[in-house]
Amino acid sequence: MRQVLIGGMLLTVAACGGGGEKAGSDTATPAGAAPAAGAAPTAMAGGSVTGHVKFDGAAPANPTIDMSEEAACKGKYTGPALDPVVMVTNGMLGNVVLYVKSGLPAGQTYPVPSEPVVIDQRGCLYHPRALAIMAGQKLEIKNSDPVLHNIKALPTKNRPFNISQPTEGMTTTRTFTTPEDNVPVECNVHGWMHSNIIVLPHPFFAVSGEDGSFTIKGLPAGTYEIEARHAKLGTKTMSVTVPADGAATADFTFAATGT
Amino acid sequence: MATTIGHVDEVTLGGAEVHADTRSFVRKYVFSTDHKIIGIQFLIMSLIFLLLGGVLAMVIRWQLGFPKQPMPLGGVLPETMAPGGVVLPEFYNSLVTMHGTFMVFFAIMPLLVGVFGNYLIPLKIGAPDMAFPRINMASFWIAVPAGFLMLAGFFVEGGHAAAGWTSYAPLSERSDLSGVSMGQILWCISLIVLGLSSILGSFNYITTIINMRAPGMWWFRLPLSIWSLFVTAILVLLAMPILSGAIIMLLFDQTIGTHFFGPAQGGQPLLWQHLFWFFGHPEVYILILPAMGMASDIIANGARKPVFGYTSMVLAILGIGVLGWGVWGHHMFMSGMNPTLGTSFMISTMLIAVPSAIKVFNWLGTMWMGNIRFHVPMLHAIAFVSMFTIGGLSGIFMAATPVDIYIHDTYFIVAHLHYVLFGGSLFAIFAAVTFWYPKMFGRMMSPFWGRVHFFLTFIFYNLVFFPMHNLGLHGHMRRIYDPTQYDFLKPVQPINELISISAFLLFATQLIFATNFIVSWFKGAKAPENPWEDNGLEWTVPSPPPHGNFVSVPHVYRAPYEYSSPFVTEDFLPQNRELPEGVPSAAPHS
Amino acid sequence: MSWLLPHGASTFVGEIDWLYYLILWITGIAFVLVEVLLVWFMIRYRARPGRKATYYHGNTRFEIIWTSVTAVVVVIIGVLSAGRWNRIKGRDMVPPNATPIVIHAKQFEWLVTYPGADGALGSADDFQVRSQLHLVVGQPVSVLLTSEDAIHSFFIPAFRIKQDAVPGMNIRVWFQPTEVGEYELGCAELCGLGHYRMRATVTVHSREDFDRWARDRAALSVNK
Repeated sequence: MRQVLIGGMLLTVAACGGGGEKAGSDTATPAGAAPAAGAAPTAMAGGSVTGHVKFDGAAPANPTIDMSEEAACKGKYTGPALDPVVMVTNGMLGNVVLYVKSGLPAGQTYPVPSEPVVIDQRGCLYHPRALAIMAGQKLEIKNSDPVLHNIKALPTKNRPFNISQPTEGMTTTRTFTTPEDNVPVECNVHGWMHSNIIVLPHPFFAVSGEDGSFTIKGLPAGTYEIEARHAKLGTKTMSVTVPADGAATADFTFAATGT
Repeated sequence: MATTIGHVDEVTLGGAEVHADTRSFVRKYVFSTDHKIIGIQFLIMSLIFLLLGGVLAMVIRWQLGFPKQPMPLGGVLPETMAPGGVVLPEFYNSLVTMHGTFMVFFAIMPLLVGVFGNYLIPLKIGAPDMAFPRINMASFWIAVPAGFLMLAGFFVEGGHAAAGWTSYAPLSERSDLSGVSMGQILWCISLIVLGLSSILGSFNYITTIINMRAPGMWWFRLPLSIWSLFVTAILVLLAMPILSGAIIMLLFDQTIGTHFFGPAQGGQPLLWQHLFWFFGHPEVYILILPAMGMASDIIANGARKPVFGYTSMVLAILGIGVLGWGVWGHHMFMSGMNPTLGTSFMISTMLIAVPSAIKVFNWLGTMWMGNIRFHVPMLHAIAFVSMFTIGGLSGIFMAATPVDIYIHDTYFIVAHLHYVLFGGSLFAIFAAVTFWYPKMFGRMMSPFWGRVHFFLTFIFYNLVFFPMHNLGLHGHMRRIYDPTQYDFLKPVQPINELISISAFLLFATQLIFATNFIVSWFKGAKAPENPWEDNGLEWTVPSPPPHGNFVSVPHVYRAPYEYSSPFVTEDFLPQNRELPEGVPSAAPHS
Repeated sequence: MSWLLPHGASTFVGEIDWLYYLILWITGIAFVLVEVLLVWFMIRYRARPGRKATYYHGNTRFEIIWTSVTAVVVVIIGVLSAGRWNRIKGRDMVPPNATPIVIHAKQFEWLVTYPGADGALGSADDFQVRSQLHLVVGQPVSVLLTSEDAIHSFFIPAFRIKQDAVPGMNIRVWFQPTEVGEYELGCAELCGLGHYRMRATVTVHSREDFDRWARDRAALSVNK
């Protein structure tokens, strides 16, 4: 009888330790950081920072990816597949992550956005190549290729994960519980696939599109340090003052780094 | 040759102890020290794990036969295992791991050693119980938490162990490589606990057989089932600690930062393989020897004839037990170890084919000139011989090192191991369960349903596993989630479908056995003392035997397989039957 | 559902396939013998009323004969295997003119490093390709097999070669393709969730085609 009880307890303890992580319902976490000093989350305000990220000078050639081993992906490209490390279109730079680095009131918490951040595996590349997400926000991982991708995230402050998506159209959801500066993400079946995720304690971020444009919304009035980060070209910061319910603009310029 | 009997006199002589059984229900049936009850407890536990292992195999076969199709009832599985009912590759790796683990450690091994070792040894040697009844009870009740621990792995984050039942390092020790952490740890702990259970059982068996044989039960009058269980127990005693040691090293690598198997810090991945297979090869003989021994008992009974070449059969059992320690490297021909070792292990492996061949010829020799009764146990025992032959012959291909280059880690190996473990061990288990069921439960299983189960199982089983030889010859690798990813495997995918459908039918057929087992327990025809007209000592006591087994200590006069003896009119002659003065007990034989 | 081996295209096919067919014949005969005897005994010696089995304990002479025959047969197979094994896997059997390449196995790709135009590894013109093995017909190649993480196994069925890649070990495996064509390489040791997809294409070229491919490929500035 004793053994049955011990066995039952062991089983219960084991089951509680993680409880079989389900894709859609992760270990429940409070939105963003735990409320400090009992501060309740503030509603989003109306201010925003809009702008463009430019690229100065001739765009460096992006590396070619030999996708011969993966015919299904290679076939999606006319001509050789390029890894859009530096995505420059008409002098505008995409794949730059912009976010509020400082200036928010200390201890303030914000509601986690309900819409997920999507990372799509398409043509055996991550789209987008860089992303920002808020701690507690859902990361929706999509496989738009008819091949196996695994997505391996290697954070140090958060729990790492490595999940497979063998079929086209599969979607899996994960969440990061703690802010972290850089979470590298990779596919092991296609070793050229890399992405980087920054996990922020607030929802004030954006990723510049192909045309270089970005908008960070919902900021209360104040002066902020906005950082623009590119995986290869480095970071640039700028001080921006946002009027209440008003818009501020900020433009960043990156240039080629000497290789 | 007198044998020390010890406390046997107090327990069985006089009858008073046999009748006055004042134990409570719990002491009689739950925490019992009676070897017969413990054997039945192991039987129930093992059959449950056999069923579970079979269920896992069904999921594997679904994915292999119909890759990436949503599985019927797959919706009950969580998203981490099978989103939308489609098995994920991580889960598939867990499935193949746990199928092997459950079948080897929690089904076949306990069925052969825990069930029949416990049940048969005291009865067949004329003893009232095991030498250490309380340790025997502990052996079962330690196996139970081991079972729970192994089941728990399905419910933890990261899923269950997924590095194969062979758990090769570094995959098994690095959660960043396998995606599994807690599951792999639970796997390790469970097997360490189970190892303890096995070790406790084994020295009980050895001591009992050496010390508690009834007067006249000389070594060379022991039934082959007992010889095989004796040698098996020695193998268990010597091999399980090696596994435990290796697993402890793995566990330490996983948890406390040692580096036995991690190359970056000076460890050796191949060390795991050497340790595991040094255990693992004797383990597979543990999984076949009792089956061979019981098959011998049943074939002699069915053929109504002495076992052909009893002495050679004993020597073959001993030979297999000894030689089995020298062949482990044949699992590692491709491992990267020095090729010269490949040659030496190839030689020892070729040699071990000989004692197995002797046994097959002697089973044939037993049936030759017999008067064969095809009762259900005999059907299974004959199938055992024929299927084990196939498994043994396929082993020659992989023993030949150059051919192994091609077939290692392909489905040819999977075919081989299933022919010896299912075609061999499991058919022998079906034979043994049916044969000793009347003694265990006092009732007969339905012979009609027994035949239906046998024929359907035999047919579907061959449809499942024979084509796997061909898959392997085509180059089909093991443990792959989706064979259609390879162009060269696409043409053989229809074979995978055939195998899968046959597997579903094979599994369904086992429900007949399960039903027969359960229903006969309550409704089966009452069993007489000796329904099979067998010579063993267990058939001289009631079905089921009382606590203490024998009213008085039996005296043994002859060898175990004196069927069709010219000295009596019946075609069987129990070992303890005393013949009139002047009548020989048995003919002198080699 | 054939017991024939699929078409092979390396010099090892002669060694291995011959031995396989020999063993197939021997075990096939043993198989037929045992099963036919079994079935015949089942029919001939089935119980019928009035019959009794023959009280017979064995025949030592028969036993010695069939045991010896078995032992001799397996020893012969062993001897035939030993020479072939050494020719294929022997560490000093690598042809001296074999092209050296490095294959670094990692979850879940095969990183192949080619020696470039100078034919020597470790020089500046080496280039690395993911999961594509390009070979010259008739030219032996000597692979240094390494692993980044778990144990993988380098398996090209058409060439009848297999060798585990073990982290911490540098293992040499050589082979010589004999026919131009496209083949496949699969991983034959469970190595994680992508194990089933750890494949590579194997292309055997004529010398000219290979040189052209190698030139173009080395010139490509490729994302590592």
